[in-house]
Amino acid sequence: MAERRPGAEPAVRVAADGRVLLSGDWTLRALSAGLPGLRAQLAQLPPVARWDFTAVQRLDSFGAVLLWHAWNRQWPATEGLADAQLRVIDRIAGSSGKLPASRARFGIVDAIVLLGGALLGFRGHALGFVALFGQIFLELAHVLRYPREWPLREVSANIHKVGVKAMPVTALVGFLIGVVLSYLSALQLKIFGADTFIVNILGLGIIRELGPVLVSVLVAGRSGSAMTAQLGVMRVTEEIDALAAMGISRGLRLVLPKVLALTLAMPLLVLWTSAVALLGGWVSAWVELDLSLGFFVQTLPAVVPITNLYIGLAKGAVFGFLIALIACHFGLRVRPNTESLSVNTTASVVTAITMVILADAVFAIATRSIGVPT
Amino acid sequence: MSAVPVVALHDIVTRFGANLVHDGLSLEIPAGEIVALVGGSGSGKTTLLRHIIGLTRPAGGTVRLFGEGLREGSIHERIARQRRFGVLFQQGALFSALTVGENIAFPLKELGVATAAELRDLVVLKLAMVEMEPEHAALMPAELSGGMIKRAALARALALEPELLLLDEPTAGLDPDRSAAFVRLIRSLHHELGLTVVLVTHDVDTLAALATRIAVLAERRIISFASLEETLKQDHPFIRRFFLGEHGRNALTRQGGNH
Ligand SMILES: Nc1ncnc2c1ncn2[C@@H]1O[C@H](COP(=O)(O)OP(=O)(O)OP(=O)(O)O)[C@@H](O)[C@H]1O
Ligand SMILES: [Mg+2]
Repeated sequence: MAERRPGAEPAVRVAADGRVLLSGDWTLRALSAGLPGLRAQLAQLPPVARWDFTAVQRLDSFGAVLLWHAWNRQWPATEGLADAQLRVIDRIAGSSGKLPASRARFGIVDAIVLLGGALLGFRGHALGFVALFGQIFLELAHVLRYPREWPLREVSANIHKVGVKAMPVTALVGFLIGVVLSYLSALQLKIFGADTFIVNILGLGIIRELGPVLVSVLVAGRSGSAMTAQLGVMRVTEEIDALAAMGISRGLRLVLPKVLALTLAMPLLVLWTSAVALLGGWVSAWVELDLSLGFFVQTLPAVVPITNLYIGLAKGAVFGFLIALIACHFGLRVRPNTESLSVNTTASVVTAITMVILADAVFAIATRSIGVPT
Repeated sequence: MSAVPVVALHDIVTRFGANLVHDGLSLEIPAGEIVALVGGSGSGKTTLLRHIIGLTRPAGGTVRLFGEGLREGSIHERIARQRRFGVLFQQGALFSALTVGENIAFPLKELGVATAAELRDLVVLKLAMVEMEPEHAALMPAELSGGMIKRAALARALALEPELLLLDEPTAGLDPDRSAAFVRLIRSLHHELGLTVVLVTHDVDTLAALATRIAVLAERRIISFASLEETLKQDHPFIRRFFLGEHGRNALTRQGGNH
């Protein structure tokens, strides 16, 4: 091997007799600094020339690829090529052009394929969701038959995680929404002198509608995404396969506890958040309209029929069930790579919130004549 | 070649809670050597590699790469230094969202020096170096076998033409044929480019065929850093068990011709 001086500048020049003299280190590190200049120089060289490698100290595969492309992928006449260098270039010569350039153009056929893919994907989601829905009930039937197999620990751990730990944030958001809603309504009501109707507005609005939807949005963002991510990572790290290999049903141990826990915890969260939101509403009403707490508490049951509370709690349970089921559905669909994990987590939250709003509309139609004082 | 050691570890101390992993460990690796780092499972070999590449910081002691401290210099100098070594992680650590080809092209693309056609040729070349086919470039890491993950990760480690190659158990999970091919590849790279290689291995075959020096990590220190013959002469229980147990002896006899 030629004697090496570290960091010798790569250079190319044409000798008087038409030979191309290469010198220095033709390595990625030495080349990257002056690369544009070298490329321009290489491009201007006469097409047929003798290439002299005598002064080349080192040649790595990047240097070789650079030369090979400058030679239009054909061996020119060379001299002074060391054995090791010959092998490096030979390897490039052997592998050049074997990987076809990827097609980047987007044609009409691609558009149709894309559309078809999206439709099939939607069908796949719908089928998968229904299958998971059915599986949950089969698992439920199973544990009802064999009560010793209840995943009680998991359910309780999940209730703690999605319910208890969510209380501070739902309370904060609920309180602030209550304050804002009450303040805006109070401004209008003052104009008409209808101050006491603030209780009706807050009671009906928060207990029946705002509480459940607000909590659902928060929980979908907070717990739904966590559920999807957890199942997704378990998929990426093959933990779900490990469970299956141990004969442990993922439906029983992973999906059922999450769905049960959220279905149980959501009504309680709705109750809690609605209460705090009403408190916030009263604080605002007290400041704006000088409404006493005693009056507020006394009037509330009189103007808001108790059915509204039941509707609110039922909504909570249904929304919780939906959010958990959607989260698990997307979590189990994650393919073992990080991109799929992020796509599915996003899809989980967006779908959950959309479905909750849709379900809320269904509730509104189904209960339109119940609990509304006329 | 210059006399500055490529890797210089001095008085390294590493502690995970109450678990003291390295205690006053020192090691200097001269340029152009192929060093095999051996030691029992859990003795801190991977941790040592992570110190060398600057992913973790030892509780005490200094790490110098190419004669410079790990955190010396401006941000650009530090990045330039990091591009001088290639790493093969024990679990491969391929980017799961990219195909094998994109994984290999990724560091080169970051550097922004190669054209698209050159990149494609380089990807095929690196794949060929680790005995993979051009078709494998389109596969996702999740679709590879364990040994293929190792080889693809090695191809990625070679992408930036490193001067220093750090390999964590490169031959674990490879069949004997592929291990032999790996040995040939490292030998030819070493010959062509004068690479410095640090490889962690439990495989006496690979080690005997490849290593110019052997560093033995035991008792939280490097207890020996010498050629194979000299290492074998030492009378330490770990060295005896590692090399002179039945498997080690057989491997050494098989490789006898090379040394
Ligand atoms: N992040 C960490 N936190 C706590 N302890 C750790 C951590 N990383 C490593 N350890 C501990 O440090 C010790 C050395 O680990 P290391 O992974 O370096 O071993 P190794 O020599 O590479 O083993 P193997 O040959 O099995 O790969 C082990 O006891 C391990 O438990
Ligand atoms: Mg290790």
